[in-house]
Amino acid sequence: MDDTPILAVTGLRARVPGVDLDILKGVDLAIRPGEIHAIMGPNGSGKSTLAKVIAGHPAYEPTDGSIDLRGEDLLEMEPDERAQAGVFMAFQYPVEIPGVSIANFLRTALQARLENGDELDLFDFQELLMERMELLDMDVAFAQRPVNDGFSGGEKKRNEILQMAVLKPSLAVMDETDSGLDIDALKIVSNGVNTLKRENPEMSVLLITHYQRILDHIVPDVVHVMVGGRIVESGGPEVALELEARGYEEYRNVHVA
Amino acid sequence: MPGNELVQGLGLDDYKFGFVTDSEPVFRSRQGLDEDIVRQISARKDEPEWMLARRLKALRIYESKPMPQWGGDLSELQETLNETYFYVRPQEQMERSWDDVPDNIKETFERLGIPEAERKILAGVGAQYDSEMVYHSLKEEWESKGVIFDSIEDGLKNHPELFRQHFGTVIPAADNKFAALNSAVWSGGSFVYIPPGVELKTPLQAYFRVNQERLGQFERTLIIAGEGSRAHYIEGCTAPVYSTDSFHSGVIEIIVNRDARFRYTTIQNWSNNMYNLVTQRALVHQGAHMEWLDGNLGSKLTMKYPSCYLMGEGAHGDILSIAYAGDSQHQDTGGKVIHVAPNTTSSIVSKSISKGTGRSSYRGLCKVYDGATNARSNVECDALLINETSRTDTFPYIEIDEKSATVGHEATVSKVGDEQLFYLMSRGMDEAEAMALIVRGFIEPIAKELPLEYAVELNRLIELEMEGSVG
Ligand SMILES: Nc1ncnc2c1ncn2[C@@H]1O[C@H](COP(=O)(O)OP(=O)(O)OP(=O)(O)O)[C@@H](O)[C@H]1O
Ligand SMILES: [Mg+2]
Repeated sequence: MDDTPILAVTGLRARVPGVDLDILKGVDLAIRPGEIHAIMGPNGSGKSTLAKVIAGHPAYEPTDGSIDLRGEDLLEMEPDERAQAGVFMAFQYPVEIPGVSIANFLRTALQARLENGDELDLFDFQELLMERMELLDMDVAFAQRPVNDGFSGGEKKRNEILQMAVLKPSLAVMDETDSGLDIDALKIVSNGVNTLKRENPEMSVLLITHYQRILDHIVPDVVHVMVGGRIVESGGPEVALELEARGYEEYRNVHVA
Repeated sequence: MPGNELVQGLGLDDYKFGFVTDSEPVFRSRQGLDEDIVRQISARKDEPEWMLARRLKALRIYESKPMPQWGGDLSELQETLNETYFYVRPQEQMERSWDDVPDNIKETFERLGIPEAERKILAGVGAQYDSEMVYHSLKEEWESKGVIFDSIEDGLKNHPELFRQHFGTVIPAADNKFAALNSAVWSGGSFVYIPPGVELKTPLQAYFRVNQERLGQFERTLIIAGEGSRAHYIEGCTAPVYSTDSFHSGVIEIIVNRDARFRYTTIQNWSNNMYNLVTQRALVHQGAHMEWLDGNLGSKLTMKYPSCYLMGEGAHGDILSIAYAGDSQHQDTGGKVIHVAPNTTSSIVSKSISKGTGRSSYRGLCKVYDGATNARSNVECDALLINETSRTDTFPYIEIDEKSATVGHEATVSKVGDEQLFYLMSRGMDEAEAMALIVRGFIEPIAKELPLEYAVELNRLIELEMEGSVG
């Protein structure tokens, strides 16, 4: 596989304007096309912040370092430009959009990716949506529900993966998609991600999780441990197993020391 | 996300109906208003004596009533009225075929898409240009069933008894200052009669176009829905963009007889220089349903509260209202439901959107008279603020004299959240697309009630507006 990373995060520091302390304190990360990376780490260590800075959330201000997507400066791009360049983030806490159905939402998102003047073929769209819902074992009626409005925690997560399956990103950042899923849903979602991976072997995944369990289904190439806004260890899947057994205590000590 | 520095004024160029037509009126009263002008209007219309007497009486009522001190800012209105042309007659007579309408006026309505809509989805069309209806036509199918859809003037001429029996009974001149003004100088509007049991399958539409600068447009519409009939009437309005202010003050009276169902839809999209002060009211008799669907997008100031007087047992009134206040616009809208009879039910759903320095106010009245046993009413008003500078207020008045009545009221104010915008943008939509989608979602419960063509148009208008909302 190609050796140049699709995503290269270098010395990234970021904070919330008005708060003096950096949340990210120099993150280095390189993901090559087709690789699956997992990030684990204690609550509040900055995992979601990293995901949101990659996606371009306006609440966070990168203060140092860089993020390149295929060699392009991602930090210079608006969130929609990043999405159009192939970045997708599955949110840890997706927001509600009352009155907008999932179908309408996805249609608008796909339409936005077309050249000015081109019209999305509604028949093709319908077909794609149905096929993707089937892949994720979702009831077709679900597409008519307003986005995240009144969804259960698990439904929200599944809706994120449906969007990912329809939008077909080249870099998927999944922020705790496994939290809140029941055992069956976890399998369905994992299978969905694996199918997407088979369809597009070049798709890279950055998977944030607290649980080793999902890594049995979506097998990572690299596991990173994030503590206090830094990646403190990187290794193979065995890192996750060790964490499961020992927790973060040793890293905290390392960090403090 | 759209910080204030990004909030760009809603440029007037966004208003696509702002063009002026070069047309020479056949008659124009001098500016301002007095008894002579009222007499001129009446004479031009060849009216019976009783109507002139009514007009003159209404003029006196108008002059005796003070400017309202509530609602919107009317402090400069008198100045505008002093300069206003109260009557501008565009052509000698009203036509029944577009071919007979003068080319420039016909082209105006073609640009507004009226003849096309008429061919596609409407049962009949009336088109008003400045002070007069220039075109009115009803499809043969409905004419043969006894439906009357005519200009208000022809209603008076051709159906004098029916007209006199109902005119001014729903909204008397003394109702409010602007109803009095309209009663004195009314010109144009529709006269509609749906015979008992007749069900109109497609809507009737009246379109109001102001062209003359400093015009006052005072259409008057009288609708009588016969027992058990069903019909839908749509009103659309636009005007050119002028640097001076114009004035529109319509009066719409509707009588919904026993078991009839009537829906009145307004999609007004006046230019930014229009005062729009309208009184619309329906008397709803036993078992009948009245529905106001009120879309207010343009104007400088709109004050409009469609109302349902639920007169007969089991009568039902629905008021659905969408208001959009762009920069420097004020939409003071809402609805009134008056429960007079037992087992009457009503609902008001109001959604307003304020953008930039726009301001929207919900003003509503729910009154239940003693004896209107088991009356039920529900009011829901939701406001969406696009920018930090946008403003919204709620003025719900509830007066209940009946113990067994149930009245519910719910109000929410929301802001387009940064998290929502980011969510949509992270899916590839740009800021304006994201904003438009959020707004469309917000008004969806009302937009879905519109005929498809109008819902599409409404969505398109919102997209246009949102393009101006972000840098
Ligand atoms: N918008 C914000 N304003 C203020 N503080 C913030 C903001 N976003 C994140 N933080 C702080 O930054 C730190 C990292 O938060 P982040 O959400 O990235 O953690 P996380 O690793 O995803 O945690 P979890 O495992 O609980 O999801 C936390 O201390 C959090 O309170
Ligand atoms: Mg998190």
